[in-house]
Amino acid sequence: MLTILFDGVAYGMLLFVLACGLAVTLGLMNFVNLAHGVFAMAGGYVTVILMERLGVPFLATLPLAFLAAALLGLVLERLLYRHLYGRSHLDQVLFSIGLVFMAVSATDYFMGSEQRIIKLPVFLQSRVEWAGVSIGIYRSLIIVICGVLVVALQAVLTRTRFGARLRAAVDDARVARGLGIDVTTIFAVTFAIGSGLAGLGGALGAEILGLDPNFPLKFMIYFLIVVTVGGTSSITGPFLASLILGIADVAGKYYVPAFGAFVIYSVMILVLILRPQGLFARPR
Amino acid sequence: MSAVLETVALAKRFGGLLATDHVSFTLEEGARHALIGPNGAGKTTFVNLLTGVLTPSEGRVLLGAEDVTSLRPDQRVRRGLARTFQINQLFPEMKPLEALALAVSERQGGGNEWWRRIGAGGSGGDGVVAEVARIASRFGLTDVLDRRTASLAYGKQRLLEIALAFACKPRVLLLDEPAAGVPQAERAELISAVAALPREVAVLLIEHDMDLVFAYADRISVLVDGALLTQGPPDEIAKDARVRAVYLGEAQHG
Amino acid sequence: MMAGAMPEPAAVETSLARVFARRASWRLSEIVFWIGAFLILLVWPSRSLLINEIAILALFALSLDLILGYAGIVSLGHAAFFGTGAYVAGLLTKHGLSDPTLGLAIAAASAAALGFATSFLVLRGADLTRLMVTLGVALMLFEIANQAAALTGGADGLQGVAPGPVLGLFAFDIFGRTASVYSFAVLILMFLVARRITNSPFGLSLRSIRDNPLRAAAIGIPVARRLVAVYSIGAAYAGVAGALLAQTTQFVSLDVFDFARSADVLLVLIIGGTGYLYGGLLGAVAFKAMQDGFATITPQHWQFWIGFVLVALVLARRDRLARLGHQGMSFVATRLGIDLGKMGTGS
Repeated sequence: MLTILFDGVAYGMLLFVLACGLAVTLGLMNFVNLAHGVFAMAGGYVTVILMERLGVPFLATLPLAFLAAALLGLVLERLLYRHLYGRSHLDQVLFSIGLVFMAVSATDYFMGSEQRIIKLPVFLQSRVEWAGVSIGIYRSLIIVICGVLVVALQAVLTRTRFGARLRAAVDDARVARGLGIDVTTIFAVTFAIGSGLAGLGGALGAEILGLDPNFPLKFMIYFLIVVTVGGTSSITGPFLASLILGIADVAGKYYVPAFGAFVIYSVMILVLILRPQGLFARPR
Repeated sequence: MSAVLETVALAKRFGGLLATDHVSFTLEEGARHALIGPNGAGKTTFVNLLTGVLTPSEGRVLLGAEDVTSLRPDQRVRRGLARTFQINQLFPEMKPLEALALAVSERQGGGNEWWRRIGAGGSGGDGVVAEVARIASRFGLTDVLDRRTASLAYGKQRLLEIALAFACKPRVLLLDEPAAGVPQAERAELISAVAALPREVAVLLIEHDMDLVFAYADRISVLVDGALLTQGPPDEIAKDARVRAVYLGEAQHG
Repeated sequence: MMAGAMPEPAAVETSLARVFARRASWRLSEIVFWIGAFLILLVWPSRSLLINEIAILALFALSLDLILGYAGIVSLGHAAFFGTGAYVAGLLTKHGLSDPTLGLAIAAASAAALGFATSFLVLRGADLTRLMVTLGVALMLFEIANQAAALTGGADGLQGVAPGPVLGLFAFDIFGRTASVYSFAVLILMFLVARRITNSPFGLSLRSIRDNPLRAAAIGIPVARRLVAVYSIGAAYAGVAGALLAQTTQFVSLDVFDFARSADVLLVLIIGGTGYLYGGLLGAVAFKAMQDGFATITPQHWQFWIGFVLVALVLARRDRLARLGHQGMSFVATRLGIDLGKMGTGS
């Protein structure tokens, strides 16, 4: 049972790293970006390409996946996304769905439609027995990396000037601009980092999540749930939401495999009935 | 005269802030009652409590003899309580004709009808159109009925704001700063429309404009820091030293 | 008051009544549209199957217009109701109830019930929550249909759907002729009902809710109740469209619940424009024409070009495009001396 818990935590933390960029983008620019999964997918495929074609070791591909996805995010933000800030949510939804379709189709064309397997290095494939619990090294690595990222994100947000400016801009962009905060640059940088983190998550978690051109569509609902349940006004909200979702999903698929997929939908409905504004959202 | 609107120890807390402090207030039938008070006194909060936009922390709201405290805003409207908003809340994409027809139609229970064309039955038929024409005429809106609301002059919009509430045929009409922001040239029309409201409707006027208050009201309540400081006929209020003190720096009225 | 004579009250009344009457009356352009559509149906029997598809898609898009254009609810999972209607209609024929009209009615009721049940979740919370709920419901139904393979045929689809003859008289033929006339007739009838609804006091109240929900409540409109009603009606319409698909193609596959179907119908409606009922119909024609055209050029990359069109439409400000389109039409109409009236972009 503890193994399930452990795996669930790993899955949840992975989800968090994937979704936190979306949470910040939504909270910051009030932009509903359904194409967030595209950046995760990009990171995953970068890793695949680097490993298969260039023989780069797995761990070394991770920072490159981050950078590639961040760069893609930055380019798209400057070229396309920024024209849509302040447009209606419907427009943003339509736009991002369009991007998803284009990305899915293009990936299918260039990379083929089959699921990609990432061959983990041997040392990551082993498991360790500890206090009666079977712990996978790979999942431990995921937890460690994601844990470090969470702490780093929280530190950046609360202790750096950039973080302070970011929080100000999230709270009220108009006032922040009036205070001389360069909101446009903050948007761009934040979007890039969020996309980069998604890419890192996609690369790191490809073995667990599966990597194929339909990734952005498959995981769209997961990201939406994390952000809606966790709210956009803190890091801890989406973090806890991701953990809950990860554990619930893994446990559900293990204990009641026929209904495993419904667990996340049940979580979604339950939260909505109890707290329509999300479990952790700050009342506005 | 019986009370048509009454609150019993009505209170509203926002966290630690007591925005409405156990207000027990009575509005008589056919009254011309004004509610005044300095900025931040909680006048709009009080109106929101009366109309059901806010739920009270304590106390009750009675409309006629009925306890409406747990009713939604639209339910209170159907029982005869209508309001206007301090900042125009209109239907920008609709025409005044349509908005007024809608209000009249809702009151007549037409909102549940999906098969009949609105205004059907000719001008004499179901009376919606006739009613709209009468209301428009009362508020000087006849000429602008067929224009998009967003394109109307501000004074006309303000008149429409009141006309919409009036179209609900209320027993009680709450006017939240009707003259606010209206340019000088259009004030007279607005004030005379308010003054011409029929006596069957009890009017509660929330206003800052003291000229309007003292010209119009036969009873004034003063709200300070969420609580009722005093109430009475205009001449008593004007002479009350506490009221003067609260309005420091205001020009003297008598 | 104003310079000039005050208009007589009776005269004012009559002219106001006329304004309402004019809004609800049939415009020349509408009549031309329907006559044209009917002629195409008659004159082009070889393309019956395509016409059938267009009619079904048009009805589906119309159903989305009711909830998006009139109630302002952005749904990412409208296929949930389409699919429900499809499976219900399909299963009915397999279990002895083969009359198509009855099948439509029951499918509509089922979809409406689902719409009613989920409307409470949809109305709570803001835009984002709404997206999540609508998407989640459709995904859930997909999963249910997938798992309940014994009932639905699972990934292989529901086979052996055998509807009886329409009205007991017109059997479905392999050329699709009965199908296309049947679907077209259903589309017209349901369109007429929708037109009645949107021109009624109920329809007007929906527009007011879309314009200013706070004031709508302040003039006595039970906002939530109306939205639940229109959501359920929209669901029913989508259910009928799905049922038509099941009956006319004699097959139901899992993709009736697919996200792509929800996204496609959204695109169709956006192409045609929301809020005036014809958007879904025009969009369906345009979409199918595009699909036909692209299919010959790049059959496997249809999804890419759909996405491209979406992105381009949004970036180019679709509302401006729509307005340009209307301006172009009125320009042509004035030149030809035709009185278009207003197509009713929200007016």
